[in-house]
Amino acid sequence: MSTLLFPLFAQEVAPAKPLLPLSAVDIIIIIIYFGFVIGIGFYLKKFTKTGEEFFMAGRDMTAWVAGLAFLSANLGALELLGWAGASYQYGILAVHWYWIGAVPAMLFLGLVMMPFYYICKTHSVPGYLALRYGQAASMLSAFSFAGMTVLMSGVNMFAMAKVMETVLGWDLNFSILVSSLTVAVYVALGGLLSAIFNEVLQFFLIWFGALLIPILGLIETGGWQGMVDRIHKNFPGGDYTHAWRTLGSFDDNPMGINWCGIVFGLGAILAMGYWTTDFLVVQRVLTAKDLRAAKMAPILGAAFKMFVPIIVILPGLLGLAVLPEKLVGENVAVAGQHTYNDVLPLMLARYCGPGLLGLGITALIAGFMSGMAGNVSAFTTVWTYDLYKPLFNPKGADSDFVTMGRWTTVLGVLISIGTAYLVMHAASIMDYVQALFSFFISPLFGTVLLGMLWKRGTPAGGFWGLLAGTIASIGMWAAVKYDHNNLQYIALSPHAKDMAENMFRSIWCFLATVIITVVVSLLTTPKKDAELHGLVMGLTPQPEEGSYPLIHRPIFWAGIIFAVFLLLNFIFW
Amino acid sequence: MISNHPHAISIWFLIGLQFLIYGVLVFGAGIYDAYVPSGRDIQLADLHAAIWWGAIMFALGLFYTVRFRPRRES
Repeated sequence: MSTLLFPLFAQEVAPAKPLLPLSAVDIIIIIIYFGFVIGIGFYLKKFTKTGEEFFMAGRDMTAWVAGLAFLSANLGALELLGWAGASYQYGILAVHWYWIGAVPAMLFLGLVMMPFYYICKTHSVPGYLALRYGQAASMLSAFSFAGMTVLMSGVNMFAMAKVMETVLGWDLNFSILVSSLTVAVYVALGGLLSAIFNEVLQFFLIWFGALLIPILGLIETGGWQGMVDRIHKNFPGGDYTHAWRTLGSFDDNPMGINWCGIVFGLGAILAMGYWTTDFLVVQRVLTAKDLRAAKMAPILGAAFKMFVPIIVILPGLLGLAVLPEKLVGENVAVAGQHTYNDVLPLMLARYCGPGLLGLGITALIAGFMSGMAGNVSAFTTVWTYDLYKPLFNPKGADSDFVTMGRWTTVLGVLISIGTAYLVMHAASIMDYVQALFSFFISPLFGTVLLGMLWKRGTPAGGFWGLLAGTIASIGMWAAVKYDHNNLQYIALSPHAKDMAENMFRSIWCFLATVIITVVVSLLTTPKKDAELHGLVMGLTPQPEEGSYPLIHRPIFWAGIIFAVFLLLNFIFW
Repeated sequence: MISNHPHAISIWFLIGLQFLIYGVLVFGAGIYDAYVPSGRDIQLADLHAAIWWGAIMFALGLFYTVRFRPRRES
């Protein structure tokens, strides 16, 4: 979710020399990774002959594989670098994007929303909208998602090339060419199956590439308390290690946000929207082999998500404690000065010698590549099933769609390359693309949620509600862009900062979507109950879980994970 | 469907194989670095993290490679 909130690397100032000098063994480790992912693509091609296999990985994944891919699709390198930098800048406040900004939403997806997605056998979120509301709402969602996804892939590609230039001194063109070719080959060959295999592989690589930093950092500082003492010594007066204590008002914390924005804006709307309706992540769960696996996948993802701060937030905090230099923001950095986003590479360089350095860099590259592959595979599915099929080839054979999917993958990568070069020549485009993506998340959540929980919602209500919410979001964003003082009206405080805008904007545009959908629905004719079977609560028979022992039930594990989530918030209050 | 395919390679096997290879490389690099230091200023270098981290990866990789190795169906 970092891409929704942080303008990363666009204006980064390259240091005079690369941060990390690689040795021969580091290069070998990186080359082996590329060999592995391309090899997996060639191997999996023979298993992806039908549409279900190419676009939905055969709907045959276990809860573990689907859950890890669901989490990995979000755990990209931008996420790692961006949030490690954010934790250096804001302290442990950044952990909210991993706890309240993820765990409740993932559990909600597994327990409440997944049955509707899964039982109706949709290929995508716009596909669900087509079944529930009709083609108008689906097309609006599909066009916006397809366009933004492929642009985000280009932004990812550029960000990767920029990081590789800054950290390793690699040429931008070389990084873009190698990464795009690799992604094109392995997704075009193996489709979503290939993307999922590589995401699970990347999940373990990221953990083993990054876990040494907090381990060695805590050894160096003498444990958690030693780290806190050092932070207080280096930054007297700042509170970097309490997650909730400074959220009483906007001016008590460096983020310029209050608890209301975090709980309702981030936790209840933005996170819910991202984790339950962004097809990039939901697609992974739709590949589960049965309903119980589909419900368990996001629940398992939530369990792992809770502990990702160990490899993302903790290194940022350790950076505050041990780094001899003070890092600065992107907009004030001068040549040779390191920025917040450099904290993870700096910590990597601090503790990792030959071999370990290659492992860490491979983890970053894997994160970038799977981020691109995730975007491209989701784009391919939405384009093929939600746009190409209804608009151009409604009676096409299954093999036609697979062929279209493979070519669309190549096309998606080519558009991504174009976007990457566009961003290279006009860095501000990156900010706009990231902002564009955020416009659709909260309204879509309102539309999908009402569609699942309220059978009175009509096709007209769904379309106009989604459109109104999106326009409201764009309007608020433009108002702040035009005059930054308008932020105080959106966030309801003159002390609010940029981060608060995202949270409060999401609340208002969600409400706009819900209100317009309800009003228009009440004024228009609803669908017949028979057309809504399998799509709406009350008209969708839910399979009983009674035959499974308690320990195998999703609700049991969701309860355990929610209890741990509450405990963690209490400990770091 | 890959998980039902009699000759399919498990994803866990591939992860194990990669960890096995990386474990050997990281462990070997750690041993080499212990005798021929790279010259870079690395904190806590005396802990020789690459050696034990490489060994952990190797052990984990070996377990997964053996446990999920491809088997021919009779």
